[in-house]
Formats: sequence, structure tokens, C-alpha cells
Amino acid sequence: MADFIFWMIWVLIVASAALVAFGNNLIHSVFALMGTFLGVAGIYIFLNADFLAVTQIVVYVGGILVLLVFGIMLTNQITTAQISQSSVQKGLGLLVVLSVLTIILTTVLPHDWVGSIVPMAFSETVEGIGRLLFTDYLILFEIASVLLLGALIGAATLARKEL
Amino acid sequence: MDHLSSYLVLSAILFSLGLYTVVTRRNAVAILMGVELILNAANINFVAFSKFVTHNLDGHLISVFIIMLAAAEAAVALAIVLNLYNDRGHINVDEANALKQ
Repeated sequence: MADFIFWMIWVLIVASAALVAFGNNLIHSVFALMGTFLGVAGIYIFLNADFLAVTQIVVYVGGILVLLVFGIMLTNQITTAQISQSSVQKGLGLLVVLSVLTIILTTVLPHDWVGSIVPMAFSETVEGIGRLLFTDYLILFEIASVLLLGALIGAATLARKEL
Repeated sequence: MDHLSSYLVLSAILFSLGLYTVVTRRNAVAILMGVELILNAANINFVAFSKFVTHNLDGHLISVFIIMLAAAEAAVALAIVLNLYNDRGHINVDEANALKQ
């Protein structure tokens, strides 16, 4: 049963990401992106990452996706739900991307990863993440807070009427 | 679901689709969606290696920081996209080849 759910999520992610990449309607692409984000949250649950799964849904689906929809709504004259988008140099892009995919797969799959036979058993990650954030990752945590402040001020400044 | 390779293949496909979106789309918001796909692919790899290889929480921490970076990046990028639209009336990046008109 768990296997079946895993492969359903796997297919959901690939299919919705393909719709993001190949779809002709921008609105459809955004909603397909929501499927990808939710699917990745499901993958996190299979990877024992309970905190990350919730963070994924809150930040990506609740935050970034809403921002993207706002971006689309503010940059198009909306008369119908059909906002078309076009691509350039599809053939060349497909060639490059397929080569990159081949390189990644031929590098990653034959490799014998050390210790990859025994997966880690599930334990709650929230306490461990909180502990690491304020010990080993304290400097990174403080830099992140400054970066977020910078992004806040920068975005507000850039989006003003007169620069 | 108990093999590292199934996660690595998923992540590779997700990365490739994101890369294809970034290199072929003309709309700036669509390119931003491709970037989010690439970041999600990286996150899956970090957490998968955390479970199967290193057996600790370091990968989770890096993923938290990547998610935080993605949020900051989306906010700033959309401010830039709005300026581009106010300036030119469209957000096709292949036609936006000058900083100022």
C-alpha cells in the first residue's frame, strides 16, 4: 500500500512538472506547480522529514505560489482564464536538457552509495532541527534573518511607483 | 520507496524539467516557476541523502535554508518583474535586452 502511494506521488510530481514545462496556458502551469509542491511534501513524509513536509506546504503553497499568481495577475490584462505563453528554441533546449539528464543518471545510478542499504528509522525531526539551528547552524541562522530583512526592504523599494 | 535511486531519479527528472522551463520560456514568471522546480529537486536530494547515507539532520537544515532562500528570491524577483512590466508593458525576457529604454 505504501509502495502504491509512493509511486502515485512520484507520477504526480513528474506529470505536473511536465505540465509546468510544456503547458501553453500560464494559469494551468501555476496550478500544476501546486501539484508538484504538494507531491514533494508527500515525498518528504516518505523521507521521514515531518517538519519539512509542513514547511513545504506552508511556504511554497501558501506563500510562493500566491506570489506567483499575483505576479501573473498584475502583468496581464485578464479578460479570460486563458493566458497563453510561448517558448523559444524548444529543440535546442530539449537537446541540452536531455544530455544533462543522461549525464546525471549515468553518474548517479551505477554509484554504490556508502550505507545506502539501511535507511534511517523514523523519529521526530522538529526537536533535532531546533537544537541544530541554535548550535551548529547559529551563524547561518543569523545570516538568514539578515537576508530576509534585506529581501523585505529590497522588494518594497523596488516595487514602489517611483524609484 | 526504500531505495535511494528512486528518489535520485525523481530529483533528476524534476531538475531537467525545471532547466527546460528556464531555458525555453519567454515569460519571466514562468522562468521563476522553473527555478522553483530546480530548488525542489535539490531539496529532495538533500533529504534523501540525509535518510539513506548520512543518517543525521544536516540535510534537513540545508533544505530549510533553501526554502527560506526561495521565498526571499520569489519576493525580490516579482518586484523586478513588476518594474519590467511598468517599463515595457510585457515581461518577455528575450525582448528585455536593455537595462533602460
